Amino acid sequence: MIDKRVASTHAALDGVRDGWTIAVGGFGDSGVPFELLDELLLSGVRDLTIVCNNAGSGDDALARLLDAGRVRKIVCSFPRSAGSVVFERLYAAKQIELELVPQGTLSERLRAGGAGIPAFYTPAGASTLLAAGKESRRFGATLCVMEKALVPDLALVRAESADRWGNLTYHRAARNFGPVMAAASRLTVAQVDRILELGALDPEAIVTPGIFVDRVVAVVR
Amino acid sequence: MNAAKRIALARRVASDLWDGAYVNLGIGMPTEVANFVPEGIEVVYHSENGLLGIGPAPDTAHVDPDLINAGKHYVSLVPGAAIFDHATSFMMIRGGHIDIAVLGAYEVAANGDLANWSTGDDTRAPAVGGAMDLAVGARNVWVMMEHCSKEGAPRLLEACTYPLTAAACVNRIYTELAVIRIDNGFVVEDLADGVSLVDVQAKTGARLRPAGA
Repeated sequence: MIDKRVASTHAALDGVRDGWTIAVGGFGDSGVPFELLDELLLSGVRDLTIVCNNAGSGDDALARLLDAGRVRKIVCSFPRSAGSVVFERLYAAKQIELELVPQGTLSERLRAGGAGIPAFYTPAGASTLLAAGKESRRFGATLCVMEKALVPDLALVRAESADRWGNLTYHRAARNFGPVMAAASRLTVAQVDRILELGALDPEAIVTPGIFVDRVVAVVR
Repeated sequence: MNAAKRIALARRVASDLWDGAYVNLGIGMPTEVANFVPEGIEVVYHSENGLLGIGPAPDTAHVDPDLINAGKHYVSLVPGAAIFDHATSFMMIRGGHIDIAVLGAYEVAANGDLANWSTGDDTRAPAVGGAMDLAVGARNVWVMMEHCSKEGAPRLLEACTYPLTAAACVNRIYTELAVIRIDNGFVVEDLADGVSLVDVQAKTGARLRPAGA
């Protein structure tokens, strides 16, 4: 029997190791798996590389993980925003490495990782500072930059509903990076509002098929 | 720019939108364009976090924390709206499916180079978001900006001094003084009330040509 349900956020992060690259879903506060991030902080793992659109705000769970010195590097499109004080302090003190990536390149690098495509060319970032050190190549009239796929060790995503096979549906714009991070990562953990009986999710409406998901945990928010 | 000028500028940009256009409005001043779409046309707003068919800001009773735009502000959905993941959203952007992106800018050059993500200040962490994808991917890139810096320095230049977002990508520039098309240089299509071409030229760092000249 396939049963991807786990009883707690603690069990959901079993086996997570120092040095891992961890994709964290969310855009702003929407779709951030806050409780899984709390558990990641509790787990004590360190030397992490975090892949996330934003770099935490105020004292939210990601900011606390950064503040605790657990994150070596962040791969991010928009790390600086209102409230990103922890990240900005670490960055100014050169205590965190930043790999700045255009937002569409970030999502496509994850998509490519999940799709088994090791690299691709995109016009985004060509002839800018973000193309430094990367191969550039012209296709017709369009100058492009080669970008490499991201295959994180772990994805932490937030969805709305799941079943025991790991099928997921999301709520509104909280979907954002969830589907591509789930597909790209070697281990995918989803926190959800509810876990339904197998068959209760309309097959036409499933957004992330369970093949991309390893563990689901229901979190009462 | 004062509130009255901002509204006039948003209204001017909105008057150039067309029926059926798929439009991405950048963070800041461009979002105000949505308030002034001419009656009788349908425009579909895209937000890069994964929404098509954004409606007005909801009242507090109808806020859904998971329904936000690229600027992280609460939004509503109109009938016909669609929700999708980030990769799909940037397929729409990079794949040339978005008709118009209205973006802010620090500087625009006469060849259409755009600088709107970094002032080159190394002491602060940079951030880029979707600016580079929008600049290369949207079929039309319109810039909405103040004509000069707070210190009065021109921001429409022969060449950008700040790091580029993308090369030769801007089609049109809307400022409180003029509407300018990029066509082998800056071509002035329209002037604000009471503003002369000579006035605008004095505040621009590259040669302006009048339309039709």
